[in-house]
Amino acid sequence: MYILTSLLAGLVFGLGLIVSGMSNPAVILGFLDITGRWNPSLGLVMVGGIAIGSIAFAAAKKRTTSLLGQAMKMPTARQIDRRLIGGSILFGIGWGIAGFCPGPVLVATGMGEVKALGFVVAMLVGMGIFELMERRVRLSRISTESK
Amino acid sequence: MSIDWNSFTPWAALSGGLLIGVATAMLVLLNGRIAGISGIVGGLLNPTKGETAWRAAFVIGLLLAPTAYLIFGAFPRPQIDSSWAALVVAGLLVGVGTRYGSGCTSGHGVSGLSRLSPRSLAATVTFMGAGFVAVFIVRHVLGA
Repeated sequence: MYILTSLLAGLVFGLGLIVSGMSNPAVILGFLDITGRWNPSLGLVMVGGIAIGSIAFAAAKKRTTSLLGQAMKMPTARQIDRRLIGGSILFGIGWGIAGFCPGPVLVATGMGEVKALGFVVAMLVGMGIFELMERRVRLSRISTESK
Repeated sequence: MSIDWNSFTPWAALSGGLLIGVATAMLVLLNGRIAGISGIVGGLLNPTKGETAWRAAFVIGLLLAPTAYLIFGAFPRPQIDSSWAALVVAGLLVGVGTRYGSGCTSGHGVSGLSRLSPRSLAATVTFMGAGFVAVFIVRHVLGA
């Protein structure tokens, strides 16, 4: 059941991205171009998302399990550190170069856009590099601890 | 700054945003999980027991959304002007950056801000700021 609800959530999320125009990188770049001809649309998408999201998270806060009985897995990290800021800077640069972030580019891939698929492959390679670096850090920690 | 009134679609943006909010609410209330796309996709590359099927299902939902949209009519085609080289560089940066930064526009920008998380606010301000600077350089300095 929880796999079906996840599929539905992904579907509704994707429809939201199409309806809002966010699956089109030209619209995203229009928002990020504050010194040029600015398209404020993305701001209103966030307003809409947060309006519903804040109600949902307020209701979720009091729960220990989800409505389907799943454990609530909420983020626990609180620190604002170099990883968070450095990573966000790299992400923002990439976002500004092509106008794609992870959700919209997957939806555009579902539209059969070959260039979107190319971006997804590069993004997966980037995420894979992160996993390899993390594994190396873990391994070096283990080896220094055992010395 | 001038507003691009021809491209600004306030009602479509707001209603699409509400749908994104509904999807976020579904995933947190029914599944107890955060609808952060970079975390969902990234988690598939480092699978943990019991956390793979729902992630894959969510991604399949995103990929199928355009097909589902066909019930209402033809979906608007995206306008992708970037060169292949720019797309590859941007894709790599988005992949690495969202994983080190623990989230993207959905996880930090929608869910994180909805949870009033200071960490997500810091991330959102940072990636938006970097995005503003990147577009300024690409469009107005390099003139691409």
